[in-house]
This record gives sequence, structure tokens and C-alpha cells, in this order.
Amino acid sequence: MKVFQKTACAMLASSLIAGAAQAQISDDEIRIGYLADMSGTYRDLSGPGGLEALKMAVEDFGGQVNGKKIVVFSADDLNKPDVGANTVRQWVDERNVDMVTGMVASSVVLAASKVVEQSGKLALISGAAASSLTNEYCSPNHIHWTYDSYALANGTAKSVLASGGKNWFILTADYAFGHAMEKDITKVVQSDGGKVVGTVRHPFPSSDFSSYILQAQGSGADVIAFANAGADTVNSLMTASQFGVAQSGQKLAGMVVFLNDIHAMGLDVTQGLMLTTGWYWDMNDESRAWAQRYYKRVGKMPGMVPAGIYSATTNYLNAIKATGSDEAQAVRTQMMATPVNDMFAKNGKIRADGRMVHDMYLAQVKTPAESKGEWDLYKIVSTIPGDEAYRPLSESACKLLPKG
Amino acid sequence: MTIVFGIPLSVLLGQLLLGLINGTFYALLSLGLAIIFGLLRIINFAHGAQYMLGAFAAVLGFNYLGVNYWVALVLAPLLVGALGMLIERGLLRRIAGEDHLYGLLLTFGLALIVEGAFVKLFGVSGSSYPMPEQLKGGFNLGFMFLPTYRAWVVLAALVVCLATWFMIERTRLGSYLRAGTENPKLMQAFGINMPLLITLTYGFGAALAAFAGVLAAPIYSVTPTMGANLLIVVFAVVVIGGMGSIMGAIVTGLAMGLIEGLTKVFYPEAANTVVFLVMVLVLLVRPAGLFGKEV
Repeated sequence: MKVFQKTACAMLASSLIAGAAQAQISDDEIRIGYLADMSGTYRDLSGPGGLEALKMAVEDFGGQVNGKKIVVFSADDLNKPDVGANTVRQWVDERNVDMVTGMVASSVVLAASKVVEQSGKLALISGAAASSLTNEYCSPNHIHWTYDSYALANGTAKSVLASGGKNWFILTADYAFGHAMEKDITKVVQSDGGKVVGTVRHPFPSSDFSSYILQAQGSGADVIAFANAGADTVNSLMTASQFGVAQSGQKLAGMVVFLNDIHAMGLDVTQGLMLTTGWYWDMNDESRAWAQRYYKRVGKMPGMVPAGIYSATTNYLNAIKATGSDEAQAVRTQMMATPVNDMFAKNGKIRADGRMVHDMYLAQVKTPAESKGEWDLYKIVSTIPGDEAYRPLSESACKLLPKG
Repeated sequence: MTIVFGIPLSVLLGQLLLGLINGTFYALLSLGLAIIFGLLRIINFAHGAQYMLGAFAAVLGFNYLGVNYWVALVLAPLLVGALGMLIERGLLRRIAGEDHLYGLLLTFGLALIVEGAFVKLFGVSGSSYPMPEQLKGGFNLGFMFLPTYRAWVVLAALVVCLATWFMIERTRLGSYLRAGTENPKLMQAFGINMPLLITLTYGFGAALAAFAGVLAAPIYSVTPTMGANLLIVVFAVVVIGGMGSIMGAIVTGLAMGLIEGLTKVFYPEAANTVVFLVMVLVLLVRPAGLFGKEV
């Protein structure tokens, strides 16, 4: 037995040395792990569709870069941080995975990205909202690609304030994400001359929101903001519509609303809602062409998260092509030096804190009369330049930034 | 303006009314659970899935067959009830008389399978269901805007609850049912077809859940997990009311809705917890539940 172990160790060591000597593509394969919620609350945000987007990127390279095969693994993180972290640990230890993408629930991503950092690999985060990933939890081993909570709160709140909503009532999901969102909204509102007249924190998740909507209605606020996500936002918006909030002149501001949420609620309920998005399928010829390809495979139009996964993976593979290496820092450096120009973003740039800064879009949900099809849901009202949308580096607490 | 506990009376009234509306959902669901437990001695963990199936039957019927709300309100419970009877005949019957745990595990497993299959088929964002034309809009009560549909929910649920109570407590069929709960062997000896009665009872319980599901479809997002989220609260309601007690389930359902409604005003963070707090207190003081008989 001992002999076997020794031989195995020796073989392992020699293969590591050999790998280091070539220092190019480890194992002669580019290994990508796709980690996402495949079965729970966030399944429709990314889930199997996101995996399909990743495969599309791989196929566009013909399944290989510089003659080295691209291999994709995928796993369900069940929205549980321990499951996500263990999966990534296993991928790195047993399969020597080079890059992890998908990464949806913020809590899972915070745990999994620690493992990625310890093992010196790379994560391209597309699904998660928490802006802390490039602030207090920033790391040289991940890039936050598609959007973040700061950009969403900032974009939507600013535009609603500009259209005259000064007094705000915030309905907050009572956990870390909701609290952070509430803080972001409050900051934007106060700095633009508005006032937060009331907040209510609801347990996460909740099914009945009528009581909170009634409290918001009675608060005398001009705007009711929802600092929650997913099914909670869907149910809050539906309840608000039933209780005649819009008719009484109060505006609604959804902070984290995705295309699949709007599709689920229907335009009757959501029409007129203002929201911020990182991408919309019906923006230009390029985005439409890509969305059609995706639609043929998945049967749904892509939201910004699958599009972000495609974009991040494509840029990652391009960087490997250019450097001839899949070593995390070599690839990251190359990616930072290359502007992102594809169907997802124009002139996007990756900052030192790992934030991929690109233009965001302020959108308004169409009325049933304006909509020409099942997925014709948004009008793009304005473009928010990337530098205005995301947290400025001057406000960042990221450890990677030069002190000064 | 009158102020009660630092809150304007009008606001308080509105919240109480909303609590009552939620309470009717609890009452309807816990009623089905109580009936099933009463006769079959099975803790029906598939109840949430049956509620969800009711809502989905309405949505799918509308999308693919153009079935309107009123027809769905009758058809969905019938369908889900029939499915329930199949489950009783095919599966539950085989474990009758075994430990409670078997029934619990079987129904829980069924619920997971059904919910998992629906997640696979329809995703988790859910679907919306159009409000029936007749029940759109609402009226101003002075202290709040009450959507017509919510008023209808209270009315429909209360009528069904009371009709069920009447059927069980005041009719001959109900007397068989109650007697069967006490002593099934003796009833069988009297020539009552107990296996059929049990099948019908489970079917009826499932149908009640589906009815609640159709009522919920226009106001909540219809998702595969909508039942699982509600079920735990409903179990607490049944425990508080006393396992197997019909009136207990109805009254407790309404009362818990009210208590939850008040919590949402005074301390919203605890809104999901308060029912369980009451459950703990009741179990400490009256282990058989408020309306249960001491064993």
C-alpha cells in the first residue's frame, strides 16, 4: 500500500513540475465550472439558461482555444453557501478547474469566491447583486461582470427623484442584501434632496404583502421603493397593483427586477415601472441576433445574467488565446488591458477592484398596448454611462486599490 | 382621529381586515388538514402541493384551454380531489395502520416530487393569472381601499368552511365520518363502506386545498413553491386549534390571520414567527390544542 502511495505522490509531483515547466494551459485543457441555483428561487435568473449561454460561448470558439480543449462542469449550489464553497473546493482540488462562472446568490458567491481566492483561480461573477464583492470583499481572483446593487439603486433612484418623487417609503427584505439595498437607496435619495419618510422590514421570504402596502399607502410618500428581490418583489408589485397604489398617484420603484420577473407578472401589473438593467435583448442588431440564438435553445428570451455569462466567458477565452496561458493572474491582467466590446457591452473596462464597468440602461416597462410580443417588455429610456452608474473608486474600500 | 396604541384607528382597522383575509386562507387549508387527520390519522404533507396544483390547474386551464375563473373554481378542486383519491387508493392505503411517520414521509416525498417536476416544467418565476372581470376594482371603505377580489375571497372561503362544518357536524354522512374517526371497525361491522369513506375524505381534503389554490391564483404569484411556504404556518394553525378539530381549525385560522396582521404593524420583523410563538405557548398550556380533546 505504502508503495502505491509513494508512487502516486511521485507521479503527482512530476506532473505538477511538468505543468509548471510548460506554464501554459494546465492539464492541456481549459476547465470551466458553472455554479448556480439550478432548482430554487433564482433558477430562472440564470440556472439552466445561464449554462446554455456558457456553452454558446464555448461553441463559438469551436470548443477549443489554441488547440486546447475547453471542458465545462456544472453544479447546483442550492442557494447554500456551504454547498457552493464545497463544490468549488472539489472542482479545484480534484478537477483542477481554472475558472468558475455563473455565481448567483450573493451569500453563495461570498463563500465560493473565498475558496477561489485561496486556490489562486479565477471567478467571473455574473448573477450576484452585492456590490460588496468589489468593495470590502474585493479580491484579485474575481471579476464582477453584469451589474451590482449599487448600480441598480443608483440608476433607478436617481431617475425617479428627477421626475419629482421626493418623499420615499422603502419596503425592505429583512436580511443582509435588503439592508444593504436600503442603505444605498437612502444615500441616493438624501444626496439628491429627497427624504425617506418611512421603512418597513418584512421577513424573508414572505407571501403576503398587503399589510406593508397599506402602511406604505398611509405614509404619504410619493414613491414606494422595493428593496427586495425575486418572488418577494413580484408579490409586492402585484399587491400594490391590486390595492390601487398607482391610481392614488404613488410611484413604484423596483430595485432588483429582472426580465423573467416582469414576464412572470405580466404587463397589466408592471406597466410603467422604472428599472435599471445592464443589458436588454432588444437594444441593437447584435443583441437581438444573440438573443434569437439563445431563444432557439432555451425557449425564453435571455435576461442580463445569461448575456453577462456569455460575454464574460468569451472575453476570458479571448484572453487565454492572446496570452496562451490559463493561469488566473495572467488571464486577469490581459482581460483588464482589453476593453470589452461585444453584444453585451461597448467599451466596458475592468477596474483594479474587479468591477467590469459598462453602461447601464434605465428602462420602463411597456404598456400592454405598446408591447408587440411576449418578450417585448422594456423601453430603454436613457443610457447611464458606466462611470456614473457604478460606485466611484474614490468611495471604494477595496484593498487592491492604491492607498492615498 | 382616534389613536390606539400609538396607531390611528383607521390604520388598525385596515390591518385587522387584511389579517382576516389571510386568516380565511389559513382556515381553508387547515380545515382540509384537520379532516384528513381526523379520519386517516395521516399528517398530509402533500397539502401544500395540492394547493399549488389547484392554482396551476387554473393557470394552465386558462392558458391552454381558455377555461374561465368560475369554471376553474369548480373544476380544479374536482381534478385535484380525484388525484387525491388515486393517491389514497394506490399509496396511502398500503400504509394504513402503520406508524404516523410513514404517512408523513410518503406525503412529504410526493410533495417534493410534484414540486420538483413543476420547477423543471415551469421554472420558479411563476405565472400570473388574470383577475376575473367581475371582481376587478375595489371600493373605498373610508379607512382603506379594499380590492373587490379580497372581499370575495373572504366570502367564498367562509361559505365553504361553514358548509364543510355543517356537513360534518350536522348531516348523516358527517355522522358516519365522525363515528369512523372514533371506531372504524365498528362502523365497518354496521355495514358502512369505510374504505370508500376514507378515499372520499382524502379526496375532499385535497379538493379544499385546490379550492384555496384557485382563490389565491389571481392575487399571489403562482409558483411551484407557493404551497411549501404556506404549509408550515398552516400546520402550526392545526396544532394550535387541536389536531382533527373542525371548528378549531376554522376559528384558529381566522385568529392567527388577525394576530399576524397586528404583528405586521407593531413589529413586522416577527410576522413570520408570531404564529409559532403562539403554538409554543398553547402547547405549554394546553398540549391538545385550544379545541382538541385531552387524550
